[in-house]
Amino acid sequence: MGLLSKKDSKLILDPLADNNPITIQVLGICSALAITAQLKASIVMSVSVLFVLGVGNVVISLIRNIIPSKIRIIVQLTVVAALVIIVDLVLKAFAYELSKELSVFVGLIITNCIIMGRFEAFALGNGPWRSFLDGIGNAAGYGFILILVGFFRELLGSGTLMGFKVLGDPIEKTGIYAFGYENNGFMLLSPMALIVVGLIIWVQRSKNKALIED
Amino acid sequence: MGMNTDTNKYTILFAIGMVIVVGSLLAFTASSLAPNIDVNKRLEKQQNILYAMGINENTSSSAKFVSTEKAPDLFKQYIVEQIIIQGGDISSSEDAYLIDVKKQQANSKAGIERKLPLFVGEKENEKFYIAPIRGKGLWDAIWAYVAMDENMVIQGAYFDHKGETPGLGANIKERFFMDDFIGEHLMENGNFKGITVSKSNADPKNVDKMDYEVDAIAGATITGDGVAAMIKSELKLYVPYFKSLKAKAYGTSL
Repeated sequence: MGLLSKKDSKLILDPLADNNPITIQVLGICSALAITAQLKASIVMSVSVLFVLGVGNVVISLIRNIIPSKIRIIVQLTVVAALVIIVDLVLKAFAYELSKELSVFVGLIITNCIIMGRFEAFALGNGPWRSFLDGIGNAAGYGFILILVGFFRELLGSGTLMGFKVLGDPIEKTGIYAFGYENNGFMLLSPMALIVVGLIIWVQRSKNKALIED
Repeated sequence: MGMNTDTNKYTILFAIGMVIVVGSLLAFTASSLAPNIDVNKRLEKQQNILYAMGINENTSSSAKFVSTEKAPDLFKQYIVEQIIIQGGDISSSEDAYLIDVKKQQANSKAGIERKLPLFVGEKENEKFYIAPIRGKGLWDAIWAYVAMDENMVIQGAYFDHKGETPGLGANIKERFFMDDFIGEHLMENGNFKGITVSKSNADPKNVDKMDYEVDAIAGATITGDGVAAMIKSELKLYVPYFKSLKAKAYGTSL
């Protein structure tokens, strides 16, 4: 990364692995459980959070010196809420069908702890450029896990990816269904998301022992 | 920064300023995107109406509309007439699908005769009469597009909701619920009876189409009752129209 100094590129790369918001900071778990039954919903949620967290971090960082500390949480909430409503309106105008599926979850972004968490922990104490990188990095780390979980849940639960039947047709028994394979409906339920996230955490910590807490 | 941001005065002024800035930003976005959103809502209505009369891209288990690109053309092709019924007057109108059922219900409460839109579709020489209806679920509004033949036997239905519980009441828009309505009768010996969403239905496979019952969804009692109440009160309003259709067909007057 020639464009960024070593310190800056750390802001983006760290949350992707060693300081991942979901698997290490345990932020944004609720939405990771709720919407990862399909790959498409995971991707849209990731992109929305990328936008909201990137822009939100910059806005909060720009006004960090004039925010009255007594009402700073309310100010943060207002900024997220405004950004999320804008995302919702844009989706309604340009991707209506997606917005119908996601409208409940788009509302969830407002209360997504990953966003408030990064505002409090980073944007309030750092400049706009560094906050922007932190926002993008954390949203990317969040999105990476979301897409990973969505990939496995849709593949094993429905036998599809992005709605395409990649494993064959379960009713006409083509593809691998011809050999007696069945979709695992349990993958579509929220508890399985928790288990998949748990497996990811397990793999990650067994590869990097430094992450294991006592 | 030399400014003291901890005084009450500053805090209040900041809050007021923030509300003004954020408020006007949102108002601006909402009004500039409103035309696009309206177009999308209109297309959705056309998709819903087409869905009810069986023009859809359903897969084996999930409900799927025709694509938004195709919807306006298909709507023109299959919907042969749009009717507005107001009191005893029946008129044809190209814009019946723009009628807001919610507004008409409010009108009716205020004592103004309400406009009832009805869409006449034709597919493979069969006629479908599609009525948009609206009622109350557990948390918020529910609505439906019900396609009937001239005897008020249901040929297809599309249900939707604003905020029913996911996995419970929200399942009214799943095919296993909607498809149960197909073939159900609404009229009993010339009187309107409606359909009950029943928990004690002795016919879970839904073979008996004359029992005026469909199987309820477990855990969604109030939403189901809302569906039944909506069908009873709203579709009843269309009965005079269907009777007049019959009278016309037999050349008699009522």
